[in-house]
Amino acid sequence: MGAATPTSYTDKILVSDEVAEFSPAVIEEMKSHVAKYPADRSRSALIPLLFVVQRERGYVDNAGANFLAKFLNLEVTDVWETATFYSMLNMRPMGRHHIQICKTLSCKIMGEPDITGHICSKLGIHPGETTEDGKFTVSLVECLGSCGTAPMMQIGFDYHEDLTIEKVDKILDGCK
Amino acid sequence: MEIKAIGCEPLQLKRMHVKDGHTLKVYQKTGGYESLKKALKMSPADIIEEVKKSSLRGRGGAGFPTGMKWSFVPKDSPKPKYVVCNADESEPGSFKDRYLMERDPHAVIEGMIIAGHALGSQTGYIYTRGEYKYLIDIMDVAIAEARDAGILGKNIFGSGVDFELHTHTGAGAYICGEETALLSSLEGYRGHPRMKPPFPAIEGLYACPTIVNNVETFTSVPQIIEMGGETWRNLGTEKSGGTKLWSISGHVKRPGVYELPMGYADMEKFIFEDCGGMLRDDKKLKAVIPGGSSVYIMNAGQILGKNVILDYEGLVAAGSMLGTGGMMVMDETVDIMESTKNLTEFYKHESCGWCTPCREGTDWLVKIFNRISEGGGRPEDAKLMLDICDNIEGKSFCPLGDAAAWPIQSAIKQFPEDFEKWLFDKTGSNGVTANV
Ligand SMILES: Cc1cc2nc3c(=O)[nH]c(=O)nc-3n(C[C@H](O)[C@H](O)[C@H](O)COP(=O)(O)O)c2cc1C
Ligand code: SF4
Ligand code: FES
Repeated sequence: MGAATPTSYTDKILVSDEVAEFSPAVIEEMKSHVAKYPADRSRSALIPLLFVVQRERGYVDNAGANFLAKFLNLEVTDVWETATFYSMLNMRPMGRHHIQICKTLSCKIMGEPDITGHICSKLGIHPGETTEDGKFTVSLVECLGSCGTAPMMQIGFDYHEDLTIEKVDKILDGCK
Repeated sequence: MEIKAIGCEPLQLKRMHVKDGHTLKVYQKTGGYESLKKALKMSPADIIEEVKKSSLRGRGGAGFPTGMKWSFVPKDSPKPKYVVCNADESEPGSFKDRYLMERDPHAVIEGMIIAGHALGSQTGYIYTRGEYKYLIDIMDVAIAEARDAGILGKNIFGSGVDFELHTHTGAGAYICGEETALLSSLEGYRGHPRMKPPFPAIEGLYACPTIVNNVETFTSVPQIIEMGGETWRNLGTEKSGGTKLWSISGHVKRPGVYELPMGYADMEKFIFEDCGGMLRDDKKLKAVIPGGSSVYIMNAGQILGKNVILDYEGLVAAGSMLGTGGMMVMDETVDIMESTKNLTEFYKHESCGWCTPCREGTDWLVKIFNRISEGGGRPEDAKLMLDICDNIEGKSFCPLGDAAAWPIQSAIKQFPEDFEKWLFDKTGSNGVTANV
């Protein structure tokens, strides 16, 4: 698959004034999150809304953060302050399929290293990297609450458990 | 993976294998929301009294008596009060809450409404780890069903009691399972813990009185109301009431979620009979972490023939803790230096960075572990790591620091030979050599 692009969370966040736009349906969805909290506590909706921005724009970008600052009446630094804390919020483009392999103890002793090795050699990248065609990003992550069905990985939000090499091949081949 | 009760009727696991048990219809057909109806006719003080009698202790790890916690909420406060469900479940080795939410979401809702009535709260939030998005979707559907049926919202079952419930998502941070960090996160901030006191019961969410309880704690509440606190307590022992869910993973034939009465005898039987014994028959048991990664590791000698009782007191007597009941079993192929390194990497990654001992300490520990596993171990490294642990334990802002120190302290104590091999011979106990 060729050379890879690094995807570290700590890359510099560029500053621009651009403000993202969202469809009326997405705005409604955002409002439904805000409605869960007391009127003067709309900042509570920040993390749920960051997920919406990430879904719509692929990652939390400048324009998306600027939008949230306006939408929630926050400073844009407030948005970044929160966004940069959480490992599921990405500050740079990711592959279409984000493969997150659990590397914590129960998965590790049940065969995680073989699974990781297989996926990485199949895709020609290291953990933390994205394939050149932008299709896959591989990350090693901490326990995802599937220790009883180890080893496991999550692709996007989907759980894949009791993994074997054959199973992994089937799952990856099924990714469009 | 197994999901079943042993030594008791399935209570927590009652609907795990019932078709469509997650729907309101089946939930009500199998007795669901009857406890709520009963509780709505009881006074808040009587509900808290039943929970006290049950000797239910929080199932999120700390084991604090739930009834006592509830009684700390001021009755005369003019501020709104909040009920928060801790569904952050990120402790390595724990996966029980996941199945409760997946297959019995209405039990969580019912427990939270009863808590709301007992505490005079009209609003609840379920804080779920972001990776469990499919569970948030399941909870959202269940909440909508309950709302449509008049079980959530205004004047529940004509009682005059109001309660609204919302889901909320985390975004990948173990520390947000710590209750004050959870509240910071729920307010839209970084997940840093807050100073206690004030405790959340006095000043929690939005500086209002707040109760944070684990998923399994809430799902216990309808059972306690149904059968009475004393009957529920008697399912377990005097001090550890009721039944408890155990998540068991690693080298056993039948990993899974098991419901056991508190006081179950004993750990050896549980591993070797109930869970089918070692995954590979020719491999011996080496180590067990009985309560999730944040408790002391035990060696086989502390378990085999020792009649270790599975409850809060039994595990302390055996040299560890119950924690969240996330039992990780390791056979003789596992090198304990390596497994401890793995968990230390977890704590370094999850340290929120707020206080120096934990942030810097976990970083240094990982650096030392890396050097050792690359063949650069030095005889004095064990003492060096214990020194660093000593500077983290009890000196950090929140219990995550302690939780990072305990695996290392106990591993060096219970498995000195695995560390010595790396520090003197520069190889692992399982024959792995460092790349030098
Ligand atoms: C680092 C850390 C992580 C925690 N993670 C969780 C968790 O994921 N789920 C949970 O219920 N409690 C967790 N706790 C315990 C909570 O702080 C709190 O004690 C618990 O939610 C109270 O509910 P309970 O009394 O019903 O157990 C954690 C504590 C610490 C220090
Ligand atoms: S002990 Fe660790 S997790 Fe807790 S506040 Fe300090 S840095 Fe954060
Ligand atoms: S250790 Fe991998 S899911 Fe828990």
